[in-house]
Amino acid sequence: MILKGKAHKFGDDINTDYIISGKYKFKSLDFNEMSKHLFEDLDPEFYKKINPDDIIVAGKNFGCGSSREQAPLVIKYAGISLVIAKSFARIFYRNSINVGLPLLEADTDKIDNGDELEVDLFQGKIYNKTKNITILSKSTFPDIMVKILQAGGLVEYLKKEGDFKI
Amino acid sequence: MGKTIAEKIFSNHANKDVKAGDIIIAKLDALMGQDGTSPLAIKVFEELGGTRVINPEKVLLVTDHSVPPPNEGVANLHKLMREFAEKYGTQITEFGEGVCHQVFMERGLATPGSLVIGADSHTCTYGALNCFSTGVGSSELAAAMYTGKLWFKVPSTVKININGKLPKGVVSKDIILYLVGYFKADGLTYKAIEFDGETIRDLSIDGRATITNMVVEMGAKAGIMPFDEKTKEFFKNIGIVINNGIEADKDAEYESIYNFDISNLEPQVALPHTVDNVYPISQIEKIKIHEAFIGTCTNGRLEDLRYAAQILKGKKINKNVKLIITPASKRIYMQALKEGIIETFLNAGAIVTNPGCGPCVGTHQGVPADGENVISTANRNFKGRMGNNKALIHLASPLTVAASAIKGEITDPREFLD
Repeated sequence: MILKGKAHKFGDDINTDYIISGKYKFKSLDFNEMSKHLFEDLDPEFYKKINPDDIIVAGKNFGCGSSREQAPLVIKYAGISLVIAKSFARIFYRNSINVGLPLLEADTDKIDNGDELEVDLFQGKIYNKTKNITILSKSTFPDIMVKILQAGGLVEYLKKEGDFKI
Repeated sequence: MGKTIAEKIFSNHANKDVKAGDIIIAKLDALMGQDGTSPLAIKVFEELGGTRVINPEKVLLVTDHSVPPPNEGVANLHKLMREFAEKYGTQITEFGEGVCHQVFMERGLATPGSLVIGADSHTCTYGALNCFSTGVGSSELAAAMYTGKLWFKVPSTVKININGKLPKGVVSKDIILYLVGYFKADGLTYKAIEFDGETIRDLSIDGRATITNMVVEMGAKAGIMPFDEKTKEFFKNIGIVINNGIEADKDAEYESIYNFDISNLEPQVALPHTVDNVYPISQIEKIKIHEAFIGTCTNGRLEDLRYAAQILKGKKINKNVKLIITPASKRIYMQALKEGIIETFLNAGAIVTNPGCGPCVGTHQGVPADGENVISTANRNFKGRMGNNKALIHLASPLTVAASAIKGEITDPREFLD
């Protein structure tokens, strides 16, 4: 699975309140509408800067805080194809895989805002086209996560398997 | 090799011997969803083609984050939850019964040794009752209602021993703020924490719950308190007889063991905009306060209200401060009424709201104005958390928040204690 897009760079400890503010998540289940508020508290214009398949790149502990699954869903509905971070918070990590939003853990210091990236997801290879360097991911998904991601998310996985299987 | 509490609970629920690092499928004892996460779980449950909820009497849906509904969107989502509960026979809270985590504990759904998940990151609170409880997203809540199970990676355990007598004016909130400042926001990611030590043993269940509530602010998967007479007493008070809990084996393998002596701990304050930005109160320069909030799943329990009343009794809050107090449950609210605590708050100039999450998540009941400083007993101070990204949120204990409301600036509560 090859993903290509432009990097949008963020810092450390980006919490799920920043991804989608609580004041929106309680009102609605319309994720197309909610995705217009992605990262609104950090950059009110962020939504307008996204092109389809763009990639979010961040520092450590991305997705900390609230368990809201709206966070990875809103990222996905905004057209983001992948999130690469130095590390992820536990609940966000599981939620993303469950809604079919791919994640990679990697050293993101050599990726700047606007860099063009080409990523081989299952090989964990990130090619920074702008800087002509390759970064290797340190992600290792347990088998069950690979199966959920390959199915396209938890719903599709459970429909196919009927139950959790190891 | 011996087992940690987490390894024992997961072994019991996976029907085999498991150890840290194992990927397992475990049976769940009870599930929780609140009004920010249940509607999406219901949607996913329908997408799965679910026709029945496994053990529906052990599933609690709670309307707490925005109750009563401030707009038609929320009202419709609450309606969706009520209809789902009716159709599948799950438990649902009465309107305004309280914050999900407090109500879940009061209804006796989290018992020692049990395995609980909830679609809310602060589900880790129930570890105060010697169970393993952890937060998940809406899809996993739906999957758990559908299958009765979930997959887990058995976490490694960090043991934290806390010893020493708590100094005057210092309470369990100060301990957990200190720990979050020490370990930082990602310092214990994916770990289970076992708490012990004489300070922990001296804390009430309310005090312990404040600590387990905030373990997720260090990235932890669960925080588990020892089982003792106080745990038994808690269940006795809600009409449940429980005689045994889960203890770690003497030769259990911990990833690391930390020992803290809190004999000289000061009241702690987390400054904006991260929970781990923690300082002892003596190191904080004068900060004017415009809004003060006492409540939430962290500090809206009876003990917390008693602390606040101890400071506010016979006093008036500063004229420039809005003080909002939200009991964590109706049960707590009614007891506080009996004890005259609510009257103390009203006389001091506070607004007392109905039980629920109050202004903590910024949906209603106390959104601060641009540039305002808030001091709150909640667990998060992220920018925009209370509904305005131009406000600044500081976190502290109920004693510190009450003292600050009186003086109109962040204040050491020891000024008001003899």
